[in-house]
Amino acid sequence: MKFGILVNEGPYTHQAADTAYQFIKAAIEKGHEINRVFFYHDGVNNSSSLTEPPQDDRNIVDRWSKLAKDHNVDLVVCVAAALRRGIKDNNLAPGFRISGLGQLIETGIQSDRLVVFGD
Amino acid sequence: MEGGPGVIKKFMYVNRKAPYGTIYALESLEVVLIAAAFDQDVSLAFIDDGVYQIAKGQRTKGIDVKNFSPTYRALEGYDIEKLYVAKESLEQRGLTEDDLLVDVQVVSAAEMADLMDQQDVILSF
Repeated sequence: MKFGILVNEGPYTHQAADTAYQFIKAAIEKGHEINRVFFYHDGVNNSSSLTEPPQDDRNIVDRWSKLAKDHNVDLVVCVAAALRRGIKDNNLAPGFRISGLGQLIETGIQSDRLVVFGD
Repeated sequence: MEGGPGVIKKFMYVNRKAPYGTIYALESLEVVLIAAAFDQDVSLAFIDDGVYQIAKGQRTKGIDVKNFSPTYRALEGYDIEKLYVAKESLEQRGLTEDDLLVDVQVVSAAEMADLMDQQDVILSF
């Protein structure tokens, strides 16, 4: 099955980014395809390369970048939501790209299921 | 369902949160406006505190936040005319259809569930 994913919450404050990541890992292991992960609302903070969690904690941003690298997952950050929150190309972590909301709608059209992670 | 050109899916935007206090309602509306350009079958649902998003008489000057409620009145111009409001949510908040600034269909929880069941894509904010 082809999944589109929407992440609406920021890292560390909220479980959504963790659950979305774990869902995606499990889906890929089962042979499903992840069409795109779209980051919206505070979810755009998942893409900040300035994130530095304590050493004994999971690194949510690096984890996304590795996912993009290992499984060629398209990580898209909403431009309007990103600019509002101080995310730009110069502090965008590897594997992410900034684009418009149209990419979210397109994922909804192209995926068999769009799964929303948020509050 | 494969998404080639010309595919029309049923998209429902579910608005569950109050218009101010968090940014969800405003950013959800931004998605709806973009979605209108994609020629999909779009409907909006307002449930829980989401019903306040389309309440008349919003005055936000005191909290220094933009009153974006007039935008809901513009949705008709984007051919977005299917607006569903949860009857129970209105009643629980002492509101009636007359308190709303756009034409809506007030539906029961069971009817709302049926509508959701008919959708291809549900975006919940």
